[in-house]
Amino acid sequence: MASDVLRGRTWRLGHDVSTDVLSPGAYAVDPVEIRKLHVLESIIPEFASEVEVGDIIVAGRNFGCGSSRETAAENLKALGVACVVAESLSRLFMRNAIAVGLPALICTGAHIAFDDGDDILVDLAAGRVINTTNGVEIPADPLPEEMRRILASGGILAVLRNQVEA
Amino acid sequence: MVAGVWERVEDGFDTVGMNLAESILARASGRDQVAAGEFVMAEIDLALLHDIFAAQVFDLLGEVGVNGVSDPDRTVVVIDHLVPAPSTAAAAIHQRIREHVSRLDITAFYDAGQGICHQLLPEQGHIRPGDLIVGTDSHTTTYGAFGAGGTGIGTSDMVYALATGNLWFRVPETIRFEMTGELTTGVSWKDVILHLTGRFGADGAQYRAIEFTGSAVTDTDMSSRLTVANMALEMGAKFGLFAADEVTDAYLRDHGGSGCDPFKPDVDATYEAVHEVPLSELQPQISLPHEVDRVSPVGEVEGITINQAFIGSCTNGRIEDLLVAAEILDGHHVAPGVRLLVAPASRTVLGEALDTGVVASLVEAGASILAPGCGPCFGGHGGLLAPGERCIGTHNRNFIGRMGSAEAEIFLASPATVAASALTGKITDPRELS
Ligand code: SF4
Repeated sequence: MASDVLRGRTWRLGHDVSTDVLSPGAYAVDPVEIRKLHVLESIIPEFASEVEVGDIIVAGRNFGCGSSRETAAENLKALGVACVVAESLSRLFMRNAIAVGLPALICTGAHIAFDDGDDILVDLAAGRVINTTNGVEIPADPLPEEMRRILASGGILAVLRNQVEA
Repeated sequence: MVAGVWERVEDGFDTVGMNLAESILARASGRDQVAAGEFVMAEIDLALLHDIFAAQVFDLLGEVGVNGVSDPDRTVVVIDHLVPAPSTAAAAIHQRIREHVSRLDITAFYDAGQGICHQLLPEQGHIRPGDLIVGTDSHTTTYGAFGAGGTGIGTSDMVYALATGNLWFRVPETIRFEMTGELTTGVSWKDVILHLTGRFGADGAQYRAIEFTGSAVTDTDMSSRLTVANMALEMGAKFGLFAADEVTDAYLRDHGGSGCDPFKPDVDATYEAVHEVPLSELQPQISLPHEVDRVSPVGEVEGITINQAFIGSCTNGRIEDLLVAAEILDGHHVAPGVRLLVAPASRTVLGEALDTGVVASLVEAGASILAPGCGPCFGGHGGLLAPGERCIGTHNRNFIGRMGSAEAEIFLASPATVAASALTGKITDPRELS
């Protein structure tokens, strides 16, 4: 299902992008079809309408900081974002991303290596990030097998469904 | 209980020393030894859900085809965030939670008005040293005050944990804070954790466990440890841990339990970093809008006027906190134009505050006493701010828009600083009033 090697166009974001920005509280109880339309709207108003399936986010430090709300990761996945690459990720965002089946990789140095719209290649298993627009390659923390297995199933609920049916 | 040094010698295991986080995850995953960086599948000792996510989690559980929770006795549900229900929608969610709870045979259910989850679980004897506890709330780190590994998870992970009783964890690296010296009068452990958050930053302990150790910690009461472990999360921590000692044992006995054995890190445990934190020079601290880690000594921002003061939350809504505030406010009245809101962390706390005359002092000083619960802490209801207003509170977060208008400002400080500021109408170092 999910592949360990991903390639796409980047959206470059800053530091400390919080769950309030990724999943604004005002739409907290709305269905995902509504919620996803407001992702990042306070910092990039056109994001939800212009993001394409397979796009990849390259962010700075502490991406996804704030609350335990899983909708932050779920919204990005619903928009078709293929992966989040960040200098550092909030622990809860990381957990939730894996839980909903959205790959998220920590890559120190990614933030300065990309311009908005550059082409990116990400190898989750090997821990490699390449800016294919300018050829710069940056080492990242490989995503452990345990996490990749959950991602390959499509998230923790899919893992559970398989267990229930087995 | 959990393997300590002596136990390992007895067993004859030739293992490397473990810190608290490693000990907790080793026991929970049925291993003699785990080390930072490893992944484990661990058994959950306790799962906590509150009213913001509980109904959704229970619905999802059904959708996946699971008709019960793996262990109802290890599941605690608390209605604390939207209390009393501020809207018909919230009331309907509470109603759904009650139906689920009775269908799933969950007996540890605390309905609206009994208090905040992170106060009730310790107070009602649900927390044991060495336990692994997950909650659909980021401040589940609070239970680290007892040497329990408490941490927040999302709704899907919670569905998995409830269905199977297990969940995967990465064993975190641990940072140790060695606290030395003594706090001076007017300075509290809230000031200590605010100081640490300012010094190390909001991601200073990202993915990591923190162990709070050192001579200064030994005599610290449980209330202070709860405050510190609660806000460890504001540094990104997965766990904020204290060793279990005589203070822990006494608290557990006082709260209907059987006490506990000491639970300490092994003497040869390893840490990613050890930082010494001298406390004797520390001054009252304040977190400035809109980041928890924008911290300054109160003395440097004195004089900023405030509209609202809030005493409460899972960080500082205990009887010890209300006592400090009442002592400052007793016989005085809050400044004209200041609204003082007090939300006791639990009904037990409210009872103690009535018995000790704290409620009378606070009400005479002009306070509104709110129902036990989260109160205005997260801006869900009651005590919201208008554009341009400023609130000083004892809670743990001051993100933009957290308490109403995005143009309002939130300052975080100790109960003493909040009470002193309510009295003068402007940010005030509590040591100046004595
Ligand atoms: S008191 Fe505040 S921080 Fe604590 S659980 Fe309630 S909303 Fe969260």
